[in-house]
Amino acid sequence: MPFTADLVCRDLTKEFKGFRAVDHVSFDVPQGSFFSILGPSGCGKTTLLRMIAGFQFPTSGDLLIKGKSMIDVGPNKRPVSMVFQHLALFPMMDIGKNIGFGLRQRGVPAAEIKQRVGRVLERVGLPGIENRQVSQLSGGQKQRVAIARCMVLEPDVLLLDEPLGALDLKLREHMKIELKALQAEFNTTFVYITHDQSEALVMSDNIAVMNKGKFDQIGTAKELYYEPANAFVAGFVGDANRFEGKVTAINDRLVTIVTDGGITRQAQAAAELPIVGQRALAFVRPEAIQLSKTAYDSATHPNASAQIVDSVLFNGANSVVLLRDPQSGETLHAGLPQTGDFLGLGKGETIHTNWHATQARCFVAEGH
Amino acid sequence: MVTDRSKLGFYLLISPLLLWLVTLIILPHIGLFAVSMSEKVGVREYETGFGNYAVFFNEPLYWRTFARTALMSISTTVLTLLLGFPIAYYIAKLTRGRTKTTLFLMCLIPFWVSELVRTFGWMILLRETGILSNFLQYIGILAEPVEFLYNDAAIMVGLVYTSILFMIVPLVTTLDSLDDSLIEAGYDLGGSGFSILREIVIPHAMPGIVSGCIVVFMLSLGNYLTPILLGGKDSLWFTGLIYTQFITRFNWELGSAFGFLLLGLSSAVVFLGLKLSRQSLSNTMGR
Amino acid sequence: MIPTVPQSSAMKWSYRAYVTLFFIYLALPLTVVCAFAFNDSLFPSLPWEGFTWAWFFGNEAPFIGVFHERSILRAIGTSAFVAFWVSSLSVTVGICNAFLFVRHDFRGKGFLYILMLLPLIIPGVILGISILVFASAVANTLEDATGLWFDGLRPGLILVILGQFSFITTFATLVISARLQKFDLSLEEAALNLGASKWGAIRQVTLPFLLPAIVGAGVVSMLMSFENFNTTLMLVGSDAPLTIAMFDKLKLGSTPVLNAVSLLLIVGSAALGILSLIFQRVKE
Repeated sequence: MPFTADLVCRDLTKEFKGFRAVDHVSFDVPQGSFFSILGPSGCGKTTLLRMIAGFQFPTSGDLLIKGKSMIDVGPNKRPVSMVFQHLALFPMMDIGKNIGFGLRQRGVPAAEIKQRVGRVLERVGLPGIENRQVSQLSGGQKQRVAIARCMVLEPDVLLLDEPLGALDLKLREHMKIELKALQAEFNTTFVYITHDQSEALVMSDNIAVMNKGKFDQIGTAKELYYEPANAFVAGFVGDANRFEGKVTAINDRLVTIVTDGGITRQAQAAAELPIVGQRALAFVRPEAIQLSKTAYDSATHPNASAQIVDSVLFNGANSVVLLRDPQSGETLHAGLPQTGDFLGLGKGETIHTNWHATQARCFVAEGH
Repeated sequence: MVTDRSKLGFYLLISPLLLWLVTLIILPHIGLFAVSMSEKVGVREYETGFGNYAVFFNEPLYWRTFARTALMSISTTVLTLLLGFPIAYYIAKLTRGRTKTTLFLMCLIPFWVSELVRTFGWMILLRETGILSNFLQYIGILAEPVEFLYNDAAIMVGLVYTSILFMIVPLVTTLDSLDDSLIEAGYDLGGSGFSILREIVIPHAMPGIVSGCIVVFMLSLGNYLTPILLGGKDSLWFTGLIYTQFITRFNWELGSAFGFLLLGLSSAVVFLGLKLSRQSLSNTMGR
Repeated sequence: MIPTVPQSSAMKWSYRAYVTLFFIYLALPLTVVCAFAFNDSLFPSLPWEGFTWAWFFGNEAPFIGVFHERSILRAIGTSAFVAFWVSSLSVTVGICNAFLFVRHDFRGKGFLYILMLLPLIIPGVILGISILVFASAVANTLEDATGLWFDGLRPGLILVILGQFSFITTFATLVISARLQKFDLSLEEAALNLGASKWGAIRQVTLPFLLPAIVGAGVVSMLMSFENFNTTLMLVGSDAPLTIAMFDKLKLGSTPVLNAVSLLLIVGSAALGILSLIFQRVKE
């Protein structure tokens, strides 16, 4: 059974003078799902979102909401609502007027507006604040009011433009959970853009990783993390150690690389199989690196090596140890389990590391 | 931090302010009021009373001129707001960078020049032998020269020209501070151009509108040059009456009463404007 | 209504047309004034009789140019004299006021601030007559009491300077306060901490920071003084500043000499204004 997509983009492209901000992007977002677009600043995600909202006119391509093309529809006629980066709550109106704004534009009778505003405020957990001024609210309350202002219009798609960016860390962590809960409560399609991977990973059903105007990969958080489609995704999503070198041998999908520092590493080819002699990149997650006080047998453990501790970054369960290869000087960071074995680890000590080649990903280096 | 030295500094700083305000603003206005309340009964003999004000109310020419000046100043203010708002909006919201600076500068330059020069320009344009009359004859609309000067329309053109900057500058400043995303949010929530103007742009620009209107009204009310030069000898502008009483008739008592009435009117309008828009003088003017 | 919201092109073009028309309206009188300064005719009106510099440099009647017209030259000198004193006084008092209102808290501050703003909303003619009436009353009293003459309090340049000063000071105060408010007090504290005296810190740190505003206020004061008419009209004695002299000539009938003076005024004011803006931009 074909699922119903709330939002469909087909080959959407936006060019500015001599610069392509969004480059043939295609995707669809199923009804009721939380879709994130994750990318570094300047990757074109804001332009893409503003095209969906109607504040940028695409150079080419099509954009459909509930099956209808939105290209010739003005921003004030589209069934999408947007939570702006700095929320854009109207300071000249109180909260009730703010939330009722969209309904007033539609000509809804005053009594019904009052009722619906009251109801949506209850749903976001802020009942009875209609008469307060915007400046009297806390950051998190403003956030919820901004969402309520959109949701009261029952849009098909809610767009969110990095709305958590302005909040402090603790509130941001809290709002992540709350946003996800609100999305479930309203069962509306959310399209969320962010440069913060943890926001995207925690909240989203599907994530698109955007780079230089293109979608590099669309998938669930797990897929992006464990099966990155290219080197950019592997490096951008989650934490990873990165090696670059020349391919010396290929055995099935197992690629052997000699790094520029002269260290031999093995990793599994992710997508395209490199050719011997080509340059390639390998990524390994810090938590995939095993630590040991005794040496590994290098015959059976091709990625084993002895490392010197540069420093220990204690951060509770997320503690990390920074290591340096005594021969090549290449650095490596590994997760440091706080389970006892390595509690006394100090700078300058030698420790042995290893990882399974299947837990490392290898990609052909671009431009070679 | 109240040390003896900073106290000394404080008195040194406050004395020029007090000297200025007391000798040039407060005492002269008290003096003006005192003179307006004195009636001449003989040579160097005066009585206190409202006689000068009674003269004003009993002579239709005087109070009609007063009312006419007030009404035309109000029309000027409204016209200036209507004409200036789109320009200010254009400069503040629809241009960026260098274009914005250039347009703003182009607005400013005419106002660094004496009002006399500007009015002189309008005289050359509007008089019987002027550019407009010649131009209209040239393109065949008029058969013979027409005098465009010396009527109320000419006065209005001149007054609007002279004061429009004082509307545009505060409007540009307040509109500049309106975040574009608020307008976008208005559209996103389904607003039309008109409803956004009414519910978002105008409420935000209110301090600018009020301060612009106050200044323009005051400048028009107190203007002398433009009505006299563009409206001619019988332009019936209230400042003209004051000038006549003071300089030509040497009747300072009546002139002072006129002056006080004009001051009362302008203060009343400023006060009303501030009250109606719920702004304060420091907010609107003190920028 | 903003660039990111799509709009019909008819709407866009009519908006642009309106803005263009407006700027033509702004430029028209000044252009006309300038153009007729070069008309080889005795009246600043059509027909165009050919180009001439006579209204600037001519010295044969009736073509007496600005630079040979004594009365105009003297009026320019008078205006410059008045403008110099008005701007010096206004800026000095403006600096004191700025420090007072920004740095000090005292009882009645709000009231004094409003009082300081009042000259903005008093019509210039009223300022003029009130100072005229008051100064005359003081002069009368003093003359009756002492039997001496107090000509300085009779209409004349001193009263003109005081009259203009009485409201231009408010503008100077506002311009300088705005900049002083942006000043980071910790800079001055750092100077004190490094061993500067209180006055030394203000002189070496705060005043240089205020310089663009001081220059700006000075230029604005000069321009306002040069073009002031209403207040001056009521206080002027036998020495007429430029605007009054031109007004008197204009009442008698206009000649292209007035256009030539106006052209010089336009060029002078625009140059002064733009220079001060550039100076402020460079400094900030």
